[in-house]
Amino acid sequence: MKVVICIKQVADKDARLKINGAATWIEESELAWAINEADLFALEEGLRLKEKHGGEVVLLSMGPARTQEALRKALAMGADRALHLDDPAFEGSDVATAARIIAKAIARDGFDLALFGVQSDDLGSAQLAPRVAEHLGVPHAAIAMGIAVDAGSGTVTVKRELDAGTLEVVALNLPAVVSVQLGMNEVRYASLKGIMAAKKKPIAAIKAADLGLSAAQVGAAASRTQILKVGFPSAGEKGKAEIFGGPPAQAVAALIEKLRKEAKVL
Amino acid sequence: MRLAPTGRNREEISPGPVDSGQFPALRSRAVHCTVYRRLASQSAGTEKHAATDSPPYRPRPIPLQELTMPLTIREAVDFYRVDEWLTDEERSIRELVRTFVEEQCFPIIVEHDRAGTFPAHLIPQMAEIGMLGANLDGYGCAGMGAVAYGVIMEELERCDSGLRSFVSVQGSLCMYPIHRYGSEAQKERWLPAMAAGRAIGCFGLTEHDFGSDPGGMRCRAEETADGFVLNGAKMWITNGSVADVAVVFAKLDGEVRGFLVEKGTPGFIANDVHGKFSLRASVTSELVFDDCHIPRENALPGARGLGAPLSCLNQARYGISWGGLGAAEFCFEEALRYAQGRVQFGKPIASFQLVQQKLVTMVSEITKGKLLALRIGRLKEAGKVTPAQISLAKRNNVHVGLESARMARDILGAVGITDEFHCGRHMRNLESVYTYEGTHDIHTLIIGREITGCAAFGNE
Repeated sequence: MKVVICIKQVADKDARLKINGAATWIEESELAWAINEADLFALEEGLRLKEKHGGEVVLLSMGPARTQEALRKALAMGADRALHLDDPAFEGSDVATAARIIAKAIARDGFDLALFGVQSDDLGSAQLAPRVAEHLGVPHAAIAMGIAVDAGSGTVTVKRELDAGTLEVVALNLPAVVSVQLGMNEVRYASLKGIMAAKKKPIAAIKAADLGLSAAQVGAAASRTQILKVGFPSAGEKGKAEIFGGPPAQAVAALIEKLRKEAKVL
Repeated sequence: MRLAPTGRNREEISPGPVDSGQFPALRSRAVHCTVYRRLASQSAGTEKHAATDSPPYRPRPIPLQELTMPLTIREAVDFYRVDEWLTDEERSIRELVRTFVEEQCFPIIVEHDRAGTFPAHLIPQMAEIGMLGANLDGYGCAGMGAVAYGVIMEELERCDSGLRSFVSVQGSLCMYPIHRYGSEAQKERWLPAMAAGRAIGCFGLTEHDFGSDPGGMRCRAEETADGFVLNGAKMWITNGSVADVAVVFAKLDGEVRGFLVEKGTPGFIANDVHGKFSLRASVTSELVFDDCHIPRENALPGARGLGAPLSCLNQARYGISWGGLGAAEFCFEEALRYAQGRVQFGKPIASFQLVQQKLVTMVSEITKGKLLALRIGRLKEAGKVTPAQISLAKRNNVHVGLESARMARDILGAVGITDEFHCGRHMRNLESVYTYEGTHDIHTLIIGREITGCAAFGNE
């Protein structure tokens, strides 16, 4: 059983974010990075599937050189090897373009099951997994809270989280793509031995040309969306954001009042 | 819209047909900042103290800056960027252990300190990560270098000296002598089990009347037809009553020898020391041997003479030199955050000169201590370190830890004496660390003897 885990390196959630000079993204210099949280649950699930069914856990990530740090961390937790989509041409890819590139890379390496975190902590579109599944022409299920593979019949049964605390159980033929919800398992710690072993595990760099993609098919050039502006909501500016101060009871009362009278959502 | 819901519906999901029971409680991997989140949680204001296990009285208004300035794990004080001299693996180990400590240890340490109990439930995870006997090779041990081992000690003692003491004793004082002085059968039997946390060890050298002067020990071993019989007592033994095996030093025909005594051996009992105000989250015991018969194969074949236990202490003292720094770093960070948020006379107390002087003293001493620890670690890895060099690092860095804890307590004023903050606990703990594994004064004299050639202690 070959499980591909797609991970993304994002700003650490405790990092103090600053907006970059052009106000198009956060300032990345001196930033603390982490593995996207939902991806850790996908990795844990992949490692458990390997422990149960044997096979291989392959990581895949797209990003600049610093992404290797995230890949090493995931290798230290037990993944076998990594594919690093590392090409300056990939820069500026929107989620649609990224999905095309990632699908190519997954197809090239082969897979039985591709696991994603349900969404990224930074952009949060939750589109990558379904888009990749479409490109690969395989079934997909989103927001998994339970995954069971039946190697004999070549199917995976996925328990999906729906609204209002309900669950849906679906069965998919393998190969398949599944996105994993936060909290579906208890993520393991890496180990000292794992950290040392990760040093020797291969990280293969993949360029656009390796995937048969031209510069025009990747990156900002190929993307139909771009981020125009990024900023913090400015407190106090009318119609934008407001911070309710004072004792909690008073702040909550003021918030409810606003939601009733101004937003009219209650 | 965010797809990921909060945990509130988690219990309402009924287990379906697939892998039922596979839904453990949500555990965020990213709670890097437990301690400061705890501070933030106090903003609710005064709480009533209910009769049973309620949160403690928390009268302190929360300064805004503590809410808006979370301390991330990567922001721990490293004024000279000394960590840039660590290898990638050593940095990864730091991050791993710090994450473990902040997720698993910080949230429970205060209750264990209050109750005077060791958090034994942490042992399996510590073992799985590979912290037990981390610097030993083979037999299921992680085979780390001295610096990686030091970094682990530093991170553990950021939380609590008792936690670090547990790992020090297990690895440096019990697994190390078995690894270095034990027979192959002893190694095979104990080391994999101890690395896996299935067996706990302790180290019996100090006695009631012989601390700094261990050579005077009264504990005796006599040879019998099939082994040895031990008589005497050991005191201030970390892990004593929880240990499955004790490395015990006793005199056989006037020579110091090492023995392994298993829990439950007739004639061997361990009594816990109560009423400690220090290292409360660690077990401290008296070991009593009353005609305690042990089989011949339980003697450590290589442990002959006082050099054997002293070599173990060297290992442990080396780790403590990193541990003391960990406590100092935490206290500095706690004091800094507090000083930045605490307003008196209309401005944060961090803007007052006397407070700044304390903070600067702390950061200066921590920075120097980090350089000492790293240098001595590299010397140790190269096999070039001397006991006196280790004495200097232990003496200096534990002093830095204790002084930093005292200064932090001072900066925090009244709240510094409550266990809502950690510097007070660190201060209490470090009072022990200051005089164990060689008192501060004895280390002074060891260094003095090294540089002058004249021994100022003992009868040398």
